[in-house]
Amino acid sequence: MLNALGYENWALHALIWLPVLGMAHVLWAAEDRAKWLALRWSLVVFALSVGLWWAYDPALGGGYQLESSRPWIAAWGVNYALGLDGISLFMVMLTTFTTPLAVLGSFNYIKKRQKPFYALMLLLEVGVVGVFTAVDLFLFYVFFELTLVPMYFIIGIWGGERRVYAAIKFFLYTAFGSLLMLVGILYIYARGKALLGVTSFAFVDLLQIPLTPGEQMWLFGAFALAFAIKVPVFPFHTWLPDAHVEAPTPGSVMLAAVLLKMGTYGFVRFLLPFFPVAAQHPSVVTLMLVLGVVGIIYASWVAAVQPDAKKLVAYTSVAHMGFVVVGIFALNVNGLQGGLLVMISHGISTGALFLLLGMLYERRHTRLIDEFGGIGRVAPWLATAFVITALSSIGLPGTSGFVGEFLALLGVFEDHPGIGIFAASGVIFAAYYMLPMVQSVFFNALEKPENQAVQDLSRREVAILAPMIALMIVIGVHPTPLLRKMEPSVQMVLERVYAAAPPSAAVIESGRDVSGSEMAE
Amino acid sequence: MELDFSNQAHFIVALAPEIILAVWGIVILMVGVSSRRSEGPGESLDLGWLSLLGIFAATFANGWLYGVTEVGTHSMIALDGFALFSNWIILGGAGLSILISQSYVEKQGLQAAEFYALLIYSTVGLMVMVAARDLIVIFLGLEIMSVAVYVLSAINRRSRTSAEAGLKYFLLGAFSTGFFLYGIALVYGATGSTHISAIAESIASGAAHGALLMFGIALLAVGFSFKVSVVPFHMWTPDVYEGAPTPVTAFMSVAVKAGAFLAFLRVFSVAFTDAYESWWVILWWLTVLTMVVANLIATVQVSVKRMLAYSGIAHAGYLMVAIVAANESAAAGLLFYLLIYTLMNIGAFGIVILVSGQGEDRLEIQEYAGLGWRHPLLGLGFTVFLLSLAGFPGTGGFIGKVFLLQGAMEADLVYLSVILVLTTVISYWYYLRVAWYMWMRDPTLNAAASPIQVPVAMRLALIAGVILILYLGVFPGTTMELARSSVTALSAVGPGLIGLAP
Repeated sequence: MLNALGYENWALHALIWLPVLGMAHVLWAAEDRAKWLALRWSLVVFALSVGLWWAYDPALGGGYQLESSRPWIAAWGVNYALGLDGISLFMVMLTTFTTPLAVLGSFNYIKKRQKPFYALMLLLEVGVVGVFTAVDLFLFYVFFELTLVPMYFIIGIWGGERRVYAAIKFFLYTAFGSLLMLVGILYIYARGKALLGVTSFAFVDLLQIPLTPGEQMWLFGAFALAFAIKVPVFPFHTWLPDAHVEAPTPGSVMLAAVLLKMGTYGFVRFLLPFFPVAAQHPSVVTLMLVLGVVGIIYASWVAAVQPDAKKLVAYTSVAHMGFVVVGIFALNVNGLQGGLLVMISHGISTGALFLLLGMLYERRHTRLIDEFGGIGRVAPWLATAFVITALSSIGLPGTSGFVGEFLALLGVFEDHPGIGIFAASGVIFAAYYMLPMVQSVFFNALEKPENQAVQDLSRREVAILAPMIALMIVIGVHPTPLLRKMEPSVQMVLERVYAAAPPSAAVIESGRDVSGSEMAE
Repeated sequence: MELDFSNQAHFIVALAPEIILAVWGIVILMVGVSSRRSEGPGESLDLGWLSLLGIFAATFANGWLYGVTEVGTHSMIALDGFALFSNWIILGGAGLSILISQSYVEKQGLQAAEFYALLIYSTVGLMVMVAARDLIVIFLGLEIMSVAVYVLSAINRRSRTSAEAGLKYFLLGAFSTGFFLYGIALVYGATGSTHISAIAESIASGAAHGALLMFGIALLAVGFSFKVSVVPFHMWTPDVYEGAPTPVTAFMSVAVKAGAFLAFLRVFSVAFTDAYESWWVILWWLTVLTMVVANLIATVQVSVKRMLAYSGIAHAGYLMVAIVAANESAAAGLLFYLLIYTLMNIGAFGIVILVSGQGEDRLEIQEYAGLGWRHPLLGLGFTVFLLSLAGFPGTGGFIGKVFLLQGAMEADLVYLSVILVLTTVISYWYYLRVAWYMWMRDPTLNAAASPIQVPVAMRLALIAGVILILYLGVFPGTTMELARSSVTALSAVGPGLIGLAP
């Protein structure tokens, strides 16, 4: 049926342009209709994106499907080119899935200036879907930067008390990384023009350019910095707690569920295939693994002592992203697939956690853990939803969190058991920071009078949480279809990495090694 | 039609836009004189539209010249794509400046006839400058332009700051003119000619006197650096930009800077091509210095007008990258960037004029608090201008910056590119700061009490600016190709632009 509609020709374009139409509609309509319109448009986008699951056929190999390309800036060889593979498929669906829920979750939270808010949410969706579907590096960069503007305004206008500080910090941090990446992009392009006479930004063309190991190291550094800030990987994470805490609930949801994934997606999409020599250089691998593990452990410890529940969840994002990094730089199928699954499951469970915290905040106007207590008695469904989500976030077997972390750890243990041991400890720490929070919010004595009036989930809130919780469990119990869809593409990335001759240490040393050779094993 | 400059009459055709404008300036003066007795309230507006008519006529003539070719390249005036594209930029800058100055001229009670006539004369000077193939003619254009702008910046006789700005600009400008002229003399001494192709041939054949030539090039670089305000020759810029009437500042920051840059490019990439090795390092350092210093100082400004002055210097730094790179991409990038820079800077200054109300008060950033929610369209417009100045994707400023970076990459100037983007990150701070005041702060009582009226002319300028910036950001193709084909004219003159990449 999808074929009959020519679905594969227009689906990706529709996913990008429908929210744009929606934006115009929201801005055009009356203030009180804005939220319903935004919800409707984002649901339409989601409904359309569901077809991608069937339209993408892993049996055809791991390359791009549903490709379509139109010249955009002919003089530079820039194309408006979209495509989908087994990696981006899930990221796109995660985005279209999260957006309507985030919109629905902001119904009560966003009271003033609704029209611009919902328009910006839709713009954010445009940017993120664009990032995940672009197969032209220039187009990718444009979308990558485009996501900054709506997020800046969402945090800065509708955020908490220190919103301006958080918004600027978010913007400057991420812009810093991506601008250096821009230089890297243009460098590759210039090399392609000089060496092969190719003027193109298409991924497939750029992959043909023979870059020397030294160049790969530098470019790897530039790209890795951009994505590491976005992820965020351990020393670059300081913008994240601020942005998360100050952002309004839907902003945090989009940030955690989708925007962070742009960084790890960039790792898989660019760092590994574009710079294979650098990516498998022992010191680089060790550095990335160590940063991932440090991120897991450090963020867990910091999360454990947070008095503010939202900040706690923000730090868990850093920890989860550490798992993703560790999985990716295990450089084998299990690790990479695990990393991707963690990305998906983190998107769902952390998104749900932020929504739940938003619901608590709407009821009690505080996020301090000590202010709560015994909520489970007055709001059992809220408590149930929270506990399931928290367990999925910890990685309890049977939930989506477990599968991803398990595979990622499996991947690391194959080649780096030492790293694996430390990384695995993160699962325990996850329980250590999450469970006490759950306990003191929902299970301790119901002492405070304000807490006794807390209402249980409304129908709207059930509608938000039910699909998320269902997905957590479905993926946790039966992840095979997902793994099967992503496997060919993951294989392709790894083949590309290992097809490059393993770097001889001498070449790298004589070249310009930037990636901290003191970290070498 | 073909022009052969051995026939003197053909110069009239080649200089048609300049001549039309010069005559129009006299017409404006005469209309101003004859209507002075019956000075009515709407008088200055009429003169504004009348001057705009002259700009339109010149623009039309400029478009017509695309069908005309010249024979040979040895005339003093070039009729090439480069000159014509440059004229678009300059005429566009002048036209937009007139649009945004109308209400200002009226409110401040400036002498409209003199104001518009001087603006037109300086435009003529700029057009002569960018079309000149001879250092002496460049100097002529430079002086026509400068003298008019000296007066323009001091034109508000009741304002002390305006007088101060005029005097400062005049003194330092005269100084830089001295350098420039001395540079011409030395280059003439070294090569025996003031014609840029003849200079290029002389240098290429090795006949030029080395030391004299070096001195000459250095002095010319200093002269140009003054005019385009490159650090450390920028000292006059913030003061003059801040003190001069805002529309004049807008004009100076776009058209004057564009003209100076375009002449700079033509002289250095055509005449001094073969001496590239000796000058690029010096300009490289000046470029770095400009980008770093200007961006850092801009971050601490509290007056938006002064912030835009420093942002203008910072942009001079970005544009200098193209001069240092000196290849076809960079030169085309310079043209494209100047075009987009004209649009976004005029737009930003237009908003400054609107917010400042009667004249030069309310320039502080606090006055912009809540502007976006009080006047959503103005706020959106300013946000577009700021994002474009910051070089954000979706706006022309981004394409322009990528264009410059590509030029730099092709010339293997990787470090310079990195410095460019790092300083761009700094610039995000001060551009975003305005955006945050506009959208994330509540208006002050003072600001809320004074609603902003947007006159028709201003509205036209702002709308045109926003639309063109977004258009050039999303569909830059045609304009880029025009810019690229325009600079090929440069390589036809001398031995060609320097392309370090194979």
